[in-house]
Amino acid sequence: MSAPLRPAPPVVPPPPPSRLRDVEGLVLSPLRPTTRRPAVLVGSLSVLLTVGLWLGDLHPGAAVAAGALTHLVLLYAVYRVLGGHRVAVDHVMRALVHLAFGLALLPLVSLLWTVLTLGGGRGFDPQFLWQTMNGVTGLHDQAYAEGRGDFVGGAFHAIVGTLVITGLATLISVPVGLFTAIYLVEYAAGNRLSSAVRFLVDVMTGIPSIVAGLFAFALFAQIFGLRDAKMGLAGAVALSVLMIPTVVRNSEEMLRIVPNELREASLALGVPKWRTIARIVLPTAASGLASGITLAVARVIGETAPLLVAVGYARALSWNPFEGPMNTLAVYAYFMFTKPLSPAVREPSLERAWAAALLLVLIVVALNLLARLIARLFAPKTGR
Amino acid sequence: MSKRIDVKDLDIYYGDFQAVRGVGMTIEPRSVTAFIGPSGCGKSTFLRTLNRMHEVIPGARVEGEVLIDGQNLYGRDVDPVDVRRQVGMVFQRPNPFPTMSIKENVLAGLRLNARRLSGRAADELAERALRGANLWNEVKDRLDKPGSGLSGGQQQRLCIARAIAIQPEVILMDEPCSALDPISTLAIEDLINELKSDYTVVIVTHNMQQAARVSDRTGFFNLKETGQPGELVEYDSTQTIFNNPRQKATEDYISGRFG
Repeated sequence: MSAPLRPAPPVVPPPPPSRLRDVEGLVLSPLRPTTRRPAVLVGSLSVLLTVGLWLGDLHPGAAVAAGALTHLVLLYAVYRVLGGHRVAVDHVMRALVHLAFGLALLPLVSLLWTVLTLGGGRGFDPQFLWQTMNGVTGLHDQAYAEGRGDFVGGAFHAIVGTLVITGLATLISVPVGLFTAIYLVEYAAGNRLSSAVRFLVDVMTGIPSIVAGLFAFALFAQIFGLRDAKMGLAGAVALSVLMIPTVVRNSEEMLRIVPNELREASLALGVPKWRTIARIVLPTAASGLASGITLAVARVIGETAPLLVAVGYARALSWNPFEGPMNTLAVYAYFMFTKPLSPAVREPSLERAWAAALLLVLIVVALNLLARLIARLFAPKTGR
Repeated sequence: MSKRIDVKDLDIYYGDFQAVRGVGMTIEPRSVTAFIGPSGCGKSTFLRTLNRMHEVIPGARVEGEVLIDGQNLYGRDVDPVDVRRQVGMVFQRPNPFPTMSIKENVLAGLRLNARRLSGRAADELAERALRGANLWNEVKDRLDKPGSGLSGGQQQRLCIARAIAIQPEVILMDEPCSALDPISTLAIEDLINELKSDYTVVIVTHNMQQAARVSDRTGFFNLKETGQPGELVEYDSTQTIFNNPRQKATEDYISGRFG
């Protein structure tokens, strides 16, 4: 079989030269190889300058600012010569990012340092950890200050109160928040009720914590009467008002990023929807959900105002969140700072306040580590 | 373990938009039926109506009847979950469950449906399904490793194993090879040939050679223009469709003159 005859293709003139560099009115910036060595050199020069200015009696803040500025200007100048404008801007931006990182880290490091130095002495003292403030008065503090007695009084009741109240708040908010998120993502995607719920959750995020405390107190005063309204549970309710919106928004995001293909794969196997959610969607999102919940807990664990209103202040140990005031670390620190036991001898009370602050920070750090651990345990497996 | 599917005058909608119009066909048991056609002509949409996965998308609905051995899938008291246990599905992109091991993936359909499953029965079913998907020899030493560690082709065969583990009557495949290399594609095509001795297989493909290689009957879907619903243009034995189609549009598509 012979190939059918075809008309010869028309002769096409060669296209005009169309390389970018031949286009008029366009100047490409040259590419020149550069190393990072000059940046290190400029950096060490700037550090030397900063230290010099500091020693030369300039305010340390001003010295650091001057050093940073010199670093940026020098960096640009050096790389402009070596590699051109584009490379210079790249290095200046890098330096800016590093500076911003350092600036953001500064308050955190400073805070940890302050809390550790001021609270470390008392905070790790087993006496302080196991005692309460029951029966401790300003006289004890005066005796301690004059060297006539031991340091007495601790924060055990506050630690217990913090754990009990925050634990209860978590127990209330996690189911409510998680199920709301499941409803929003899995059942009501895009309908009118879901946008209303989402709007209300956003409004709820903005509720000031003191309002949440007043709400909880008012609610419990309605039920138990004004005199018996203060209890741990009221505090837990106040905290969950603050926690629920965070949990909802966080869980919503986490559920949303579970690929739809997994839901479809499960449904196509004849798995009912609720079981698909319980066995496929939630485990796949578990690590994100766990860290979101932990962050929400860390957010409310340091709340002072609502607990002051709803739970009150107890000097003695109380394990029972359903009756009478309790104490929490934040409230404890606040009281020790503003109302020292002995107005004449403030130091022991301040020591207690700093120790309580340290314990609070440690609990938050521990919670974050726990969240990481949970996230790692639940993370989708990737090994071969 | 395989059933005949009768589709009668099926209209498929996404909200107000009609995606497919007036499809009617009979899919024979123990055979491979392929759907071909240009992108957006509704062949995947139609496939998804065969196990009621279409309605998972909000606003999606169907008018008409799909009968499996005489029983209407869209009957008033038919539970979609029940339908999907009879009609399994394999998707375009391999989608093993990332939190599960290979074995757990294969048994997912059984486990998630909360049937009681003894350890020995689980092992046996997993092996049978993996052998059925031609994957057993490659994974038998690492059944407890995560399924996401397999290659793309192996993952797709894992998904097929997962689908046949619940022993459906029908297996739907939505472009199962479009994300795979030629060797893996060949493995899946061999597998489809073996599966048809036990199951009714329906496959959507963009690859016309594939349709010609694996299928007994072929349906050609097309739409008149964009925005119009897709239609089943011609449905016949694969031989006829590829050698002397009756419709001009089919011939144009097959010979590569459009689409």
